[in-house]
Amino acid sequence: MVLDTLQRFGRSGLEFFGRVGRAQLFLFQALAGFPGLVLQLRELLRQMYSVGVLSLAIIAISGLTVGMVLGLQMYNTLVDFGTEESLGPVVALSLVRELGPVLTALLFSGRAGSALTAEIGLMKATDQLSVMEMMAVDPLKRVVAPRFMAGFLSMPLLAAIFSAVGILGSYFVGVGLLGVDAGAFWSQMQDKVDLYDDVYNGLLKSVAFGFVATWIAVFEGYDAVPTTEGVSRATTRTVVHTAFAVLGLDFVLTALMFN
Amino acid sequence: MTTRAIEISVGVFVAAGVAALLMLAMKVSNLSAFGDENGYELTARFDNIGGLKPRAPVRIGGVRIGHVTGIGYDSERYQAVVSMSIDPSFDQLPQDTGASIFTSGLLGEQYIGLEPGAEDRYLAAGDVIRQTQSALVLEQLIGQFLFGKASEAGAQ
Amino acid sequence: MSDKNNESERGAEAEDILVRMRGVRFAFGERSIIDGMDIDIPRGKITTIMGPSGTGKTTLLRLIGGQWRPSAGSVEVDGVDVHRVGRAGLYRLRKRMGMLFQSGALFTHLNVFDNVAFPLREHTALSESMIRHLVLMKLEAVGLRGARGLMPAELSGGMSRRVALARAIALDPMMIMYDEPFTGQDPITVGVIMQLIRLLNDSLGLTSVIVSHDVQEVSAISDRLYMISGGKVIEHGTPQMLSQSQSRWVQQFLKGQPDGPVPFDFPAPDYAEDLMGAV
Repeated sequence: MVLDTLQRFGRSGLEFFGRVGRAQLFLFQALAGFPGLVLQLRELLRQMYSVGVLSLAIIAISGLTVGMVLGLQMYNTLVDFGTEESLGPVVALSLVRELGPVLTALLFSGRAGSALTAEIGLMKATDQLSVMEMMAVDPLKRVVAPRFMAGFLSMPLLAAIFSAVGILGSYFVGVGLLGVDAGAFWSQMQDKVDLYDDVYNGLLKSVAFGFVATWIAVFEGYDAVPTTEGVSRATTRTVVHTAFAVLGLDFVLTALMFN
Repeated sequence: MTTRAIEISVGVFVAAGVAALLMLAMKVSNLSAFGDENGYELTARFDNIGGLKPRAPVRIGGVRIGHVTGIGYDSERYQAVVSMSIDPSFDQLPQDTGASIFTSGLLGEQYIGLEPGAEDRYLAAGDVIRQTQSALVLEQLIGQFLFGKASEAGAQ
Repeated sequence: MSDKNNESERGAEAEDILVRMRGVRFAFGERSIIDGMDIDIPRGKITTIMGPSGTGKTTLLRLIGGQWRPSAGSVEVDGVDVHRVGRAGLYRLRKRMGMLFQSGALFTHLNVFDNVAFPLREHTALSESMIRHLVLMKLEAVGLRGARGLMPAELSGGMSRRVALARAIALDPMMIMYDEPFTGQDPITVGVIMQLIRLLNDSLGLTSVIVSHDVQEVSAISDRLYMISGGKVIEHGTPQMLSQSQSRWVQQFLKGQPDGPVPFDFPAPDYAEDLMGAV
């Protein structure tokens, strides 16, 4: 019995390392396809549309609502200390440093990441990737690289939009509805939010998250078992693994950046 | 979707993203404060700067006219040396203007507040502000308070 | 570099072998799928590899195309060792091979025209008007020139395969591999595909390798047959030779008899005992 469990542990451990190894090799081969993307601009544009533009709606709406809720909640807390004039910086820092990059990454993985996994997985299951290989066209360069680049470019833009819209949302709630002074809102924010420490670091985070989220999404699709069930499991794995990876990476990056 | 429509919408998307980044950079962060590379520099020496940080605001009458650019220490005279950059449109600060370190609100950050003097001549770039008042350190206040109480009690 | 090795079959016929497989073994984990096979595919002819399901017929095609590696043995195509030639060499070789997958495997986001144009656009620097001419010619060869604007989702199974065939011959390959081309198709489509395979083979000077278990259809158009089972080649020769084979197994397969060397009954205990005995 014990031996059985140990054996299963061992096997899943080996499987895990096997996947990580495959993911690494996959990454190198996919990145090798990046320079060739200059010849595939049309395809890159199409992917940026399906990955970026189509995610705009959910990112903007989520950003707005998160900003509004943040404005409301922070106001409620600050008003007890008599420091509700600090609403601006509090909201801006929360969004730019953390909520923007992290929430955008999670939403992105749910909307665009899972779509990428499903698309590539289905192409695998219907032999489209195989037939491409047999036609001497490298699917990593043709199918994976444009999608990888599109996700990598779109994420920071989406995160910036999330933060910006969020700040506007909390402005609307705080200043518009709750009576915080508009001047104090912006001037305190400008005082306390630093371009390098906050905005730039937040941007770096979203670039890192974009890289990881897209990598996981395309890899899971490429590595999926080519059956209906296999693709479905791969899509789930994308969302779950991205969540773990982003949150873990967030902790590491925050510790490094905002020490 | 036609290629044309795709190209346009991706362009709009990227433009929106860049606009958001610019908004964050300009309206949200202290980038606007960086604009005054052409501000003129003044220095002031304090015994204790408390929690004053670089880029802290410099205000006069509550209005922000500059920011702290650097904080150093003079180990010969045992004083903190604070350099500030003042917006060039405020060039009529009397030479006997005083600088004190205040706290915004009870728990807020510290800033330098200037009290205008009465002299006719004005501060120019590179000048030193002579009248300074150090930051109030909470522990010293408490200590003074307790000491005062103790001596009151002792006197009775 | 073509390898002119002489092999005599039934007489003094000298044959030019395009694909030479020697001592090939392949296993999937523990299961041995191919257990030492020697296969010769002659140039310019239609060779069919037959056998029951799951005997590794598709595996053979993937080994020839270099997608999978054998655990032992060698596969040579036109004198080039497929698995030792390196990435660039393998891609060069693949440009001269066409493959028709069972499902057609058309690119779902491209229409019929763009699907057939795909290999041309990827591997040649021809102008769009030249490509248009070539694509229309290929589509005409399979009888689907009028369907050029349709999307794969709008095609029937048979039509998908014909488009895939047009795509496979787009670069005028020297060899085409067909993975179960007749399976699950209606009789008319089967007839169409049979005719296309023969026609294209002869008019374009192709070598065709078909993997199938549709005995009737395949015997009618093949020049050579290989029967495989249990990871080994059981028999090979022309369809006439095989129909006169002494092997009872081959006869059972060719005639489609339900019982014979491959038994009808899955191994089970004695029937009477099973019914009457204790539960």
